[in-house]
Amino acid sequence: MSTQTAPATSAATSAAPAIAHSASGAPLVLNVTDVEKNFGGLKALNNINLQIEEGKTHAIIGPNGAGKSTLLNVCIGRIPPDRGVVEFDGVPLTGMAPHEINQIGVVRVFQTPEIFPDLSLLHNVMIPALSKREGAFRFNPFRSLAREHEIRDDAEHVLADMNLLEKKDLEAGNLSRGDKRRLELAMGLVQRPRLLLLDEPTAGMSRHDTNRTIDLLKRIKERGMTKVIIEHDMHVVFSLADHITVLAQGTIIAEGTPDQVRGNPKVQEAYLGGAHL
Amino acid sequence: MPTTPSFPKLQSELAIMAVFAAAVLTMPLWMAPFGAAYPDLLQKFAIYGIFAIGFNLLFGLTGYLSFGHAAFLGVGSYAAVWSFKLFTMNVLPAVVFGTLVASLFAVLIGFVALRRAGIYFSILTLALAQMSYNMAYSVLTPITNGETGLQLTQNDPRMIDHMFVDRGAGLPSTNLFGLEMSGYPGFYFCAVVLIIAFFISLRIFRSPFGLKLRAIKSNQTRMGYTGFNTRPHLLFAFIISGGFAGLAGSLLAITDPLAGAERMQWTASGEVVLMTILGGAGTLVGPLLGAGLIKYFENIFSAFNDSTLHEIFAFLPDGLESVVVFLVSPFVGEGWHLTLGALFMVIVIFLPGGIMEGLRRLSRLVRRPSAGRADQPQTQEG
Repeated sequence: MSTQTAPATSAATSAAPAIAHSASGAPLVLNVTDVEKNFGGLKALNNINLQIEEGKTHAIIGPNGAGKSTLLNVCIGRIPPDRGVVEFDGVPLTGMAPHEINQIGVVRVFQTPEIFPDLSLLHNVMIPALSKREGAFRFNPFRSLAREHEIRDDAEHVLADMNLLEKKDLEAGNLSRGDKRRLELAMGLVQRPRLLLLDEPTAGMSRHDTNRTIDLLKRIKERGMTKVIIEHDMHVVFSLADHITVLAQGTIIAEGTPDQVRGNPKVQEAYLGGAHL
Repeated sequence: MPTTPSFPKLQSELAIMAVFAAAVLTMPLWMAPFGAAYPDLLQKFAIYGIFAIGFNLLFGLTGYLSFGHAAFLGVGSYAAVWSFKLFTMNVLPAVVFGTLVASLFAVLIGFVALRRAGIYFSILTLALAQMSYNMAYSVLTPITNGETGLQLTQNDPRMIDHMFVDRGAGLPSTNLFGLEMSGYPGFYFCAVVLIIAFFISLRIFRSPFGLKLRAIKSNQTRMGYTGFNTRPHLLFAFIISGGFAGLAGSLLAITDPLAGAERMQWTASGEVVLMTILGGAGTLVGPLLGAGLIKYFENIFSAFNDSTLHEIFAFLPDGLESVVVFLVSPFVGEGWHLTLGALFMVIVIFLPGGIMEGLRRLSRLVRRPSAGRADQPQTQEG
């Protein structure tokens, strides 16, 4: 898949250094090195190193207040780290505007559904598709939306994947919460991002909806998209993740495959016996 | 749940334009029963219609409420009069020049004001427009001719005209290649410009650009995370909107070639906000209806006096007639603002979508009397 470059970022991308590789030899999509972040006296993130390999699903788990959301915000450039570097494909993300980060192929799906409530579902998904095609800005007031067949087909295809196709002409604000989250996932997927960051994709969902979302995410996995998932729900994490990082009090306390993490006594302490539950 | 027509058929665009053009061009006929079929007023309908259409492209699509749009109207008027003074009495260059100058002015104002959103944007546009208004009266007097207003004089250079004809004795009048722009020709010229302006608005509404503007209104932060830089989108919408206002301003100057600073005052900015909200912000024809209604009130309703009322209520018994006239008279004539204000309040409270929402509800009632309760707001178009 080719890297999407906006005019604003093309210079940065072309000047990118050689892409780093992980110990196992797989190319790294996201490389977090020695990141530290303090809020006042609180060490929200301390010496975080994270390597996310191409095509993998990487879960970040941890008790409340462990720093998961801060880490995600650092990863998308929303919060600048006090120390350390976050690189996507070798490009540092610090200081980039949200739209620039999106244009280089990093998409975030929010914890509370962020959609366009006044527009139809189809339009909700067509907008990110347009952004993928047009870059950060295009002035096309005389093009007819009715003639954008490719964009429309693309959007309908993704909506069908999410089981939302029959609702495509409804106003998005009227959807149930579960549907809104799936719509937002569709908005992310239609851009075919290189890296998809999911912030608790199943929070507040019923068991039934959760399982449907897991199935969906599994299907995306087959397409080879790199994903980072922040999640509370262990059922979701162990069904999806290739690799798990456990955060507690701003530090990484464990890392490894699901099986390695499950058996780790430190993790069990943090989740079950520890006082920080 | 309401459904939204995501993909209007292309043919329907032609149909809409045909109906719209017919309605505008036959205005002298169907406005006659309302007592409004005289060219001056019809022309005002067309001009303020253009103003409101342009305002709606900004406010209706992006949700950015500009409270200083009259500044562009004024700039357009000044530019048009300068075109009459310097170059030619032909209205075409004046209209083009007025639109361009107002658009350039919109680049400046938009660049500053669009740094903020919401109420701060409104305040910034209001402040900048009031600043322009005051400057037109003071430091910019060489350009605006201050309180007297900018008008034509015998000694204007009129370079292009004077290459072909000698100076006449009196002041020349505006024309379109020889056709004088007073009376009905003036109205039809404005009507044609209105039809073109409406067509542009229709295309923008149905373009990817228009969709992006509506998305900005719906959730601007999300647009950033979707990969769009919202600032240039907003700036272009602002420039187009300012250009429309400048176009309207230059049309005001073609029938009456003088321009005064009072056109830039905040009350004029407020008026276009009223027109748009009254008709229905974000709809295609709503702002036009609003503009027509307000101009109708201002010109016809305001002319009603007690004797007109006595005529209207003559069918009532004498005593009752006097009582009714006494009760109604504060609302007509000079009291037309009162009626308009009351109407505005009723609409904002009961029909937040303006006249267009009222019409939509009515048509739904007529079509499906049983389903008339399902009146959640639809995605706005049409």
